Amino acid sequence: MDLAPLTRRLRAIVGEPHVLYRPDDLIVYEQDAIMVNRHLPDLVVLPGDTAQVAEVVRAVREAGLPIVARGAGTGLSGGAIPETGGVVVVLSRMTRVLEVDPLGRTAVVEAGLVNAEFTAMLARWGLFFAPDPGSQVAATIGGNVANNSGGPHCLAYGVTGNHVLGMEVVLHDGSVTWLGGVTWDAPGYDLAGIMIGSEGTLGIVTKVAVRLLRRREAVGTLLAVYDTMDSACEATSAVIAGGIVPEALEIIDGVTMRAVNRTLHAGFPEDAEAALLVEVEGVAEAVPTVMDRIEAICRAGGARRIQTASSAEERLKLWKGRKHAYGSLGVLARNAIMLDVCAPRSRLAEAMRAVAEAGRRWNVRISNFFHAGDGNLHPNLLFDFPPDDPAFDRVMAATEDILRACVQLGGTITGEHGVGIEKREYMPWMFSARDLDAMKRVKVVFDPDGLLNPNKIFPIGQAVHGASPRAPAAVPGGAGPAR
Amino acid sequence: MSGAVSALPAASPRAGARAAPDMPYIPEVEACVHCGLCLNACPTYRVTSLEAESPRGRIYLVEAAVEGRLAVTPSVADHLYLCLACRACETACPSGVQYGRIAEAARATLGPPGRPVVRAVTRFALRHLMPRPRRLRLVARLIAFAQRSGLATLAMRVLPEGLRRSVALMPPPTLPFYASEAEVLPAIGERRARVAFLSGCAMSLFFAEVNRATVRVLRRNGCEVIVPRGQACCGALNSHNGELDSARAMARWNIDAFPTDVDAIVTNAAGCGAAMRAYGHLLKDDPAYAARAEHFASLVRDTGEFLAGLGLRMSPRPVAFSATYQDPCHLAHGQKVRTEPRALLASIPGLVLREMDASDRCCGSAGIYNVLQPEMSEALLREKMEHIRATGVPVVVAPNPGCMLQLRYGAARYGVQVRVVHLMDLLDEAGA
Repeated sequence: MDLAPLTRRLRAIVGEPHVLYRPDDLIVYEQDAIMVNRHLPDLVVLPGDTAQVAEVVRAVREAGLPIVARGAGTGLSGGAIPETGGVVVVLSRMTRVLEVDPLGRTAVVEAGLVNAEFTAMLARWGLFFAPDPGSQVAATIGGNVANNSGGPHCLAYGVTGNHVLGMEVVLHDGSVTWLGGVTWDAPGYDLAGIMIGSEGTLGIVTKVAVRLLRRREAVGTLLAVYDTMDSACEATSAVIAGGIVPEALEIIDGVTMRAVNRTLHAGFPEDAEAALLVEVEGVAEAVPTVMDRIEAICRAGGARRIQTASSAEERLKLWKGRKHAYGSLGVLARNAIMLDVCAPRSRLAEAMRAVAEAGRRWNVRISNFFHAGDGNLHPNLLFDFPPDDPAFDRVMAATEDILRACVQLGGTITGEHGVGIEKREYMPWMFSARDLDAMKRVKVVFDPDGLLNPNKIFPIGQAVHGASPRAPAAVPGGAGPAR
Repeated sequence: MSGAVSALPAASPRAGARAAPDMPYIPEVEACVHCGLCLNACPTYRVTSLEAESPRGRIYLVEAAVEGRLAVTPSVADHLYLCLACRACETACPSGVQYGRIAEAARATLGPPGRPVVRAVTRFALRHLMPRPRRLRLVARLIAFAQRSGLATLAMRVLPEGLRRSVALMPPPTLPFYASEAEVLPAIGERRARVAFLSGCAMSLFFAEVNRATVRVLRRNGCEVIVPRGQACCGALNSHNGELDSARAMARWNIDAFPTDVDAIVTNAAGCGAAMRAYGHLLKDDPAYAARAEHFASLVRDTGEFLAGLGLRMSPRPVAFSATYQDPCHLAHGQKVRTEPRALLASIPGLVLREMDASDRCCGSAGIYNVLQPEMSEALLREKMEHIRATGVPVVVAPNPGCMLQLRYGAARYGVQVRVVHLMDLLDEAGA
């Protein structure tokens, strides 16, 4: 098809420099942070405001091309890959903070605003935006909403959805509407709730009204070092069973700690198999008491050493090591798939044993750092060959073993990264055909022509790396999701 | 679904101007896992919001070119050259990707940046001026003459806008140029260390006083200072601008000229320090020099870093002003030196250090970048001057010649009342 008329129209809408069509400008948008799939977009557009997004959507729809929204491209499930071609609409220019109400603790921001920049800017009021995904230094608020992103501190604060009051959305026909409000509850159906985690398949979020939290008076951070992954997992449940819900409760394995030490000098122990990173916040009088209790519980569970952050720098160093762990995988291997699965917290140790077993069985190296308090695991499958190598089958087999084990334990196939391309073929493991059909009918209401981020979420008979899937369509003994 | 773009203006005015070169395999690319955590650390991504102007995007371009999936068009070269080579992405990268090495290797394939005329002039300067100290001095004398005789003022009236900016950026050479009175300058008082000093090309010609101050401070602190007669420019500009072969020649020259039985090879220019620390990598495939280059590189220290490590012999005289510190990119990101210069500033009694926002973000100088990429350079400088203005301090410390020139130009252009100085200036003034 001749793209020239559409290109001209888009240039008239957003201005010449903001429509990309040269091979070198397009090729960098064929992938997000997933490394095993890619597809070249036909065009890339960077609108500057909502009105432009709306006009762009109208123009692309009239041309009959798919529309794929993208923020910073830090997603790990391939949600921003234009697998069927079409136009990638990048929101990274839309970074304005439109309103901050420090007293009411709400704000309205554009979707392209970077999460960490937002929180840094809120510091002057002692406020912050709670969702803190590992990618927050680059990821956008719009991307957080699209994937309902979590993060270490979501254990206490909840995921992105718990902090979104409402949003402005450009619908499939280019109309602009607000869903939800700027108050804590809105009458009628929770349509904003449908958009959260919809991965760009129902509309393009252009503005978000969010809740803000106030920084607590004091914070305590400790690292409990263990000789086995089992004991670290058990300590996680013991802390919570002890009546404490810390702000964050993370596990980092030895392989990851050694890798992060090499690039970020995070100061993790070099010789441990696992460590528990715990953070509590509260009033200054309470934090030391709670920290003492956590320390006692960790020691009772076999912690070999407890390392307490004694300064803000030490705390930041530990967190940088944890949050940037995904990026450090390049130290360990040329390629990696970072899985995102859940298991009930009470069965964490079993789930981790299944992860290790999958790695042994299929001869795939696996590193782990994850939100233990949430039971949200991130096994990282490491490999040095490209995804079209026959050896990649082993990686897929290990992936499926892990997913299957989590489903069988009563967990899920994704916690916070979204389904995207990566997990679509496993949706039938979680949902019956009727469940999926009900979801598809929601999709059709918002996107009757199927142009909004096609090929995502629902199974299409194509595995993450483009090959035909290994995944059987039957639920392998799982109880299915909570109903 | 893929379609062709027709009836659009040519992709670039220079499209097809020269045959696309092949991109060689660059091993450093492999460490990148495309996580994107570098994006917001990149000054050019922050300004453009474009993936192709981000470190991850540029690495992706190089990778695609290596795989033969992407032709190395002038437009690809533009992306690789809009990069400042500030290496802020290396600080941000959790995988330790050495972007600076990727940029240098890729640019070596492309040759110097710019349109054909600019390319030719740049290549000539890099090959025939930079390695020759005497020719450089001649050029500086011509600049000084032009500035004093009013030729420069005249030029400002008749030249087109783009060139006027270059004239305004042209620094006043400091006459007399720096030349050490002897090759070996003894320590004052008891000798505590023996160092070899790279007097540098820009530092000697445009900041001769800073060099003199540096040598005074080193000697007062017990350093015997050797200023090797045969030294040449470090070659930083050459390696950053696609001239790796001449950069290697200059590295060999310096390795031959410098003594290595010293405690350190010191430089007061961040860019030179980063370049000399890379000599080992630069000459790794040269069997005659590889080991010597590695040893040379291991001795290189920034003067601030070295003095902080040695410890000042006595407390400097008290002052009464506040200052802010601009982290030179090739000191903070290129050499991971951040705390030492600040520690020296803190050792001056009465000096209040007031940090600016994003002190380790590039000011837009970046070697000859400010001349070749005026728009991006100005965008970064404007933001930098606002950050400096917000601190309200009268003094900016920036221990690198490129940053000093750029910030002085910025202070005049944006009306910010600050004195831009080198760390060694302040130490010398305070009698350290």
